[in-house]
Amino acid sequence: MTLLLVAAGAAVGAPLRYVVDRWVQLRLDGAFPWGTLVVNVVGSFVLGLVLGSPSRDPELVALLATGFCGALTTYSTFGYETLRLLEDGAWSRGAANVLVSMGAGLGAAALGWTLAW
Amino acid sequence: MSRLRRQAPVLAVIAAGGVLGALARHGAASLQADAGTGWPWAILVVNVSGCLLIGVLMAVLLDLTAPHRLLRPFLGIGVLGGYTTFSTYAVDTQRLLADGRVAAALTYYLVTPVLALSAVWIGTAATRALRGRRRA
Repeated sequence: MTLLLVAAGAAVGAPLRYVVDRWVQLRLDGAFPWGTLVVNVVGSFVLGLVLGSPSRDPELVALLATGFCGALTTYSTFGYETLRLLEDGAWSRGAANVLVSMGAGLGAAALGWTLAW
Repeated sequence: MSRLRRQAPVLAVIAAGGVLGALARHGAASLQADAGTGWPWAILVVNVSGCLLIGVLMAVLLDLTAPHRLLRPFLGIGVLGGYTTFSTYAVDTQRLLADGRVAAALTYYLVTPVLALSAVWIGTAATRALRGRRRA
């Protein structure tokens, strides 16, 4: 049952990451990986809400936390896009991507964690 | 409509890959008995290994003359995107901070990006080096 819930959450989270990334990337400066930043920060907020709750339900954790938020957010694309910026000589943008992702990601997680009921 | 028809297979392989990646992450995380309370080494291993593999994958894809158009969405965006997680990284840091384990939180918060970015670089560089030797 847990595996089915993880799979169901991921089946929505992963394609949603692609759609949001494309949508954001078409509208904002293409030289900076805004799309990945947005999904990672939003996913960190939602995961904070789910895991920060003292009354969390194991099935909700499998579906929303492990499945949906886990697949919506990505470390590999964040790492790859950062390395691409550094290899292209865009040092400040690469460093900004790391610092903003880390800062906004933890801030969003802390906010969700605090607001969880 | 034609745009949707063209995007449908892409979304389908990303969903399928994402499910495989998430199940692999779930399996790896369950190797850590105290996953919800301890220092999150299992997710660190997941994120660093996923970063190593994306470095290898992207270098291999660049080397192929005509990769199938669904290969990168399936493996890169789907499997590796679903396998690695940024939200668990952020929330596990927050959880350690909320428990008052500040040193453990900061170590995890800083070590993850250093190892992950190094892994992408190593995966890319090693694949390029192997490719160069094969061609020489």
